[in-house]
Amino acid sequence: MSIIWFLVPAALLIGVGFLVLFIFAGYRGQFEDLETPAVRVLLEDQFKDEKENRK
Amino acid sequence: MTRMEQKGNLERFSYDDAIVKKFTLATLLWAAVAFLVGIIIALEMAYPALNGGLKWITFGRLRPLHTNAAIFAFAGNAIFAGIYYSSQRLLKARMFSDKISQFHFWGWQSIIVAAALTLPFGLTQGKEYAELEWPIDIAIAVVWVAFGVNLLMTIVNRRVKHIYVAIWFYIATFITVAILHVVNSAAVPVSAFKSYSAYAGVSDALVQWWYGHNAVAFFLTTPFLGLMYYFIPKAVNRPVYSYRLSVIHFWTLVFLYIWAGPHHLLNTAVPDWAQTVGMVFSVMLWIPSWGGMINGLMTIRGAWDKLRTEPIVKFLALSATFYGMSTFEGPMLAIKSVNELGHYTDWIIAHVHAGALGWNGFLAFGMIYYLVPRLWRTELYSKRLANIHFWVATIGILLYVMSMYTSGITQGLMWREVDAAGKLAYPDFVQTVSRVIPLYWIRAVGGMVYLAGFLVMLFNIFKTISLAPQVQSDETEDECVPYIRKPLFSGELSFSHRVLEARPMVLAVLTAVAIGIGSLISFAPMLLSSSVVESNYHDAINKPYTPLQLAGRDIYVREGCYTCHSQMIRKTVGDVLRFGPASTIEESMYDHPFQWGSKRIGPDLARVGSKYPDLWHFRHMRNPSQVVNGSIMPTYGWLHQDRTDFAILKKKLSVMKMLGVPYGDEDVERAESWAKEEAASIAAGLRAEGADVKEDREIIALIAYLQRLGNPTRGGVK
Repeated sequence: MSIIWFLVPAALLIGVGFLVLFIFAGYRGQFEDLETPAVRVLLEDQFKDEKENRK
Repeated sequence: MTRMEQKGNLERFSYDDAIVKKFTLATLLWAAVAFLVGIIIALEMAYPALNGGLKWITFGRLRPLHTNAAIFAFAGNAIFAGIYYSSQRLLKARMFSDKISQFHFWGWQSIIVAAALTLPFGLTQGKEYAELEWPIDIAIAVVWVAFGVNLLMTIVNRRVKHIYVAIWFYIATFITVAILHVVNSAAVPVSAFKSYSAYAGVSDALVQWWYGHNAVAFFLTTPFLGLMYYFIPKAVNRPVYSYRLSVIHFWTLVFLYIWAGPHHLLNTAVPDWAQTVGMVFSVMLWIPSWGGMINGLMTIRGAWDKLRTEPIVKFLALSATFYGMSTFEGPMLAIKSVNELGHYTDWIIAHVHAGALGWNGFLAFGMIYYLVPRLWRTELYSKRLANIHFWVATIGILLYVMSMYTSGITQGLMWREVDAAGKLAYPDFVQTVSRVIPLYWIRAVGGMVYLAGFLVMLFNIFKTISLAPQVQSDETEDECVPYIRKPLFSGELSFSHRVLEARPMVLAVLTAVAIGIGSLISFAPMLLSSSVVESNYHDAINKPYTPLQLAGRDIYVREGCYTCHSQMIRKTVGDVLRFGPASTIEESMYDHPFQWGSKRIGPDLARVGSKYPDLWHFRHMRNPSQVVNGSIMPTYGWLHQDRTDFAILKKKLSVMKMLGVPYGDEDVERAESWAKEEAASIAAGLRAEGADVKEDREIIALIAYLQRLGNPTRGGVK
């Protein structure tokens, strides 16, 4: 069971690592706009020519 | 960054589609292999003689090949195809390096081929979903890091400020799998293709299921969720139902998943508090998982008509539904009392296949139907065939999971059924095996139906590609106004605004990885020293294996016995009545790797030692069904012919000694002669009872090991 002394800190570190990442991402403004990213994904990046031709 | 022109603020660039094509085709190839091997082993359970006595294709050796092919080859390539396609578009940037992309692709395929070339030969570390031997493990780490660098640097080079939620899922996949793989695969080599896990017994079990569960979490769940959040909106051309919810979904999953591992060890010798932690976190996981499932399905709102007409939408919607079912079932199975019934049974097999065939498989299929026409600049050959695939595959899954649910609950109930006198109602394990054989046939048919659907897809995709324009570009052009002008490493290495801005993100990730590695190194000596202390303390009651027993144990690992037999009697009435006193931590303290197992297709073996005479084992291994009427264990005739490698035992003992197993120097020195002595005495005993056997045969070593199970002092080190 001594492995617990490794696993618990390791899991905590992963958690803390992601927490840091989360706080940092928030600080960097990643979560400021939670509406438009969902829509922006839909903007087509390809088939532009084909689509225009079809219309 | 091959093509880049500046047009005012608008930047033109291209995406690498060639790499996506490659991963897509590899997905299709390995899916066929994974499904085919799955059907073979399903049939072997219903009809054990199927392997024709060939050792390379026994269930125990093929099962790891099936799981590795399904997880790392099929799902792995699907993930990479989807990640390479969507990341470039979401980040408005070509992958960081085409060369790394190529290295990643060919490296990963070589690893898969290496797996296929080693597992049938019994080269295995004996830990589920981490069977591959140490040289392949190192290759996996290298290729995985290459993939991670490629992904992270593309994020750094992105032209949009916001990192879409799918990318976060990919980042978590890379970081977590890297750490889990390295920690769980830690082993000391004995030879080029044989190593012993650095951990033993309960420690090994905890590390393994920390890895094992998170392999499911971060290889089969988070990357696929990322793909879901990209491809469902794309397929229905609607924004995700709630982007906010998707962000919450991600962060909650990442914080909760890492703690759920011990739910694979409920009611075992693992301390109760650790089991409870695993159980509580697993139940908590239900909430974000369902948030994500509902989010995925509700994205189709307002476009439900597409569910009738568009096969892609059908696949993706059913995939999300299976995600919901699996993530409800998982937490439920992680409750101790439910787990008591379900653990070791086919219920778990039903659970993982609902996830793998339904969630992962259907998402991958939907994604491929979406990708192929776009990548090859054409239309799908036949929408009708895709619809047929959908229905055939759905029927296949239903046949599969229904039969396995029935089988699993039947097993669970029969194993613990007691009569009025408090005795087991089905004292012979084989009674519970015979009962579910018809269900094994149905399961195999279910698998075949699923494969049939997939073959329809292969034909459809083949026709689509062969009818595509002959001359076409492997690049997709795109343009956007970059949020910060200069990308990192653009010719001259100027420390622009962007470099500084992009740095902390990379720093944070690297720090997390570095801290992980650092803590590993700093904890390692403590682990080793404390295990030595424990060893000395328990030495009086639990002796290390004799060299011959160790040789036998390695045969046990090689043949994949753990795929059908557990070595962990749980603290449950049914287990104790059937197999004897519950297993303790001490009993497996020298087991590198542990062999507790996760499945009982055959009975538990933790206390099989002394239960039967040597001759019984000798005859049983040669032809199990002759000794136990109705047994579905394959024959192991080669053990009676192949010779034990005595010469390597000295090296094996010295590695074990290094890992903290209390062998004396003289024990290591005389390992070979000692093993031969013990083998001679067992062989003499067998010959006296009329068996025709020489002492250097593998069966002797295996018998020595099996008779040791549950007899911790038998023939032990002096």
